[in-house]
Amino acid sequence: MAVADKRQESNPGAEIAKIKTPVKGTSLWSDAWRRLRRNKLALLGGVIILLAILVALFADVLAPRPFSQQILADHDTVPEWVTVLFPSMVPVEDGGFIVINNNYTLGADNLGRDLLSRIIYGTRVSLLVAFVGPLVALLFGTTVGLVSGYMGGLIDNLLMRFVDIMYAFPTLLFVILLLAFFRSSVAQPEPGSFSAAIANLDRASGGMLFVFAGIGLTSWMNLARLVRGQILSVREKEYIEAARSVGVGTRGIMFRHMLPNILGPIIVAETLTIPTYISYEAFLSFIGLGVQQPTPSWGSMIAEGARSISSYPNQAIFPAVALFLVMFAFNFLGDGLRDALDPRMRGID
Amino acid sequence: MAAFIIRRFIWMIVVLFFVSVITFTLLRLVPGGPFNNTERGVPEQVRRNMEIKYGLDRPFIEQYLRYVGDILIPHITDDTWRRSITDDYLINVELPILGEDVAFRWMNFGPSLRTRSRTVNMIFEENLPVSFQLGLAAMAVAMSIGIPSGIIAALRRNTVADYASMGVAIIGVSIPVIIMGPILQYAFAVNWNIFLPTGWGTLQTMVLPSFALGFAQSALLARLTRASLLQVMNEDYIRTARAKGLSERMVILAHALKNSLIPVVTVLGPLFAALLTGTFVTETIFGVPGMGRYFVTSVTNRDYPVVMGTILLYAFFLVLANTIVDLMYAWLDPRIRYN
Repeated sequence: MAVADKRQESNPGAEIAKIKTPVKGTSLWSDAWRRLRRNKLALLGGVIILLAILVALFADVLAPRPFSQQILADHDTVPEWVTVLFPSMVPVEDGGFIVINNNYTLGADNLGRDLLSRIIYGTRVSLLVAFVGPLVALLFGTTVGLVSGYMGGLIDNLLMRFVDIMYAFPTLLFVILLLAFFRSSVAQPEPGSFSAAIANLDRASGGMLFVFAGIGLTSWMNLARLVRGQILSVREKEYIEAARSVGVGTRGIMFRHMLPNILGPIIVAETLTIPTYISYEAFLSFIGLGVQQPTPSWGSMIAEGARSISSYPNQAIFPAVALFLVMFAFNFLGDGLRDALDPRMRGID
Repeated sequence: MAAFIIRRFIWMIVVLFFVSVITFTLLRLVPGGPFNNTERGVPEQVRRNMEIKYGLDRPFIEQYLRYVGDILIPHITDDTWRRSITDDYLINVELPILGEDVAFRWMNFGPSLRTRSRTVNMIFEENLPVSFQLGLAAMAVAMSIGIPSGIIAALRRNTVADYASMGVAIIGVSIPVIIMGPILQYAFAVNWNIFLPTGWGTLQTMVLPSFALGFAQSALLARLTRASLLQVMNEDYIRTARAKGLSERMVILAHALKNSLIPVVTVLGPLFAALLTGTFVTETIFGVPGMGRYFVTSVTNRDYPVVMGTILLYAFFLVLANTIVDLMYAWLDPRIRYN
């Protein structure tokens, strides 16, 4: 009887195995890729992100000047085409106060630094935040969500109440507080100590390390809730029961069987949050708490430019456009990914 | 329902307690104090005396309890109540029945340690209304753009109107205030001279910051309204309404819109909370004299009471908004019951 059962079960299995090789191309991911390719706007977003990555990687080659090179004599000068773009900038020759200097493609800032070079180097900061921010959030959020959803009971309750409490903090205010805490904790470190190492690392990254830490520590809660919800919905599925019945351990079930199955929503959620991370960094740099001078960040460039927006609008608007393009690209890619990974959502949300 | 409301409010208090403990601890862990590193430098003895005056020399737990006590414990006082500038309460209710100048006073958020002629309450009273005005104006912008365009997009699904409003929505999400601000300032204040780039209080100064802050949120509202209305239009009761011969106009106005706005109404609370915290960015860019500009300098100055007060106040708004949403859910949608 048992033998007969086994034969009956193994036959279709063998057939499936035979078919499997040619059909391999339509897994969830290749299916999603096919749908994503059809979405023109998502592709455009992807192309912009790729270009931005290339610009960030080859900033040294692409930038016409070093980002911190100051030629004070050239301060606030602009090339001719910028005065055409911004009619309020009237050149000296026409009775205004704008000095024309065609050596700078987008103009020079108030210290005589090349705007184009600084925008090119600024890509590095924004993209790093775009990739490290989600990683930190993934690390905390996924772990908390996985443990909470899988364990249930008291642990679930405690973790979710902790998430509730974290939600009550006004995010930006809390990030500002955390940044001040990190910065001054390592302000005067003893040489050779752990805090000295952290301080050096932060300085080497132009102040980005603490920005990552601050943003990451305050934005993992959404993901934790999402992962927990997803886990709760797959926990009772048959394949989890099957895995458990063949003796897979808790960690194996969590990371080998559950995580891959809930990866889609996680990726979509994180891609759509990337613009938020980018704008946090831009704002922190805007108020002077983010990336430290002279490392250029689009946020601090906008801040400097905004002070003289009525005289030299190019200094704020060009970095703002760069920031917009990257955020726009991530939004479109995220939207496309959502449609691709979860076709049921198409056109509804 | 009553039990649910009570439970939610108790939980709210618990959350605020944890927020205050975490913030207080974090603040005291930051090296340096409010009286170190002033520009002119304070002699050691003076610094110590100042710390004694403001109780900073006491044990950590005592400092926390004193702080919380000053906020929570109400006082009923007569005209001799004001011994120093630090006796400043946010809530003052005159009680003429008990005698002249007798009043119920509650919520003393303490002095500002940096600007010692001011208290946290004075900062609240002067700057919070401005932040609130900005938040409310932005909310009005978000709702008046977001909800109608979401409705149009849903009713004209897969037409040019739909694509256009959803395209604007996705662009709106990609334009935070930090980008929108300078562009609006240049276009409307410098180039066309319609509005003023910075300031607050007049129509000319209020339009740009409200729009910059509200536009991104209007995009979110539009998407939510559209999604919710599309979902409702597929419900059975809409088919029933059509089947009994109602005109499409009546179906939409009387049946679909009302139900589709439930999720929209429920996000308005968190939306306002988000806008209120978002005012920090907007205020910095447009030079609006709200709470934002005090917070950053207070953190760098270690002005403990100002930082504590601001975070607690905003946390209170956030938690209150979320609690109200939960209650609204239960009230608006009879299918949801809490037990």
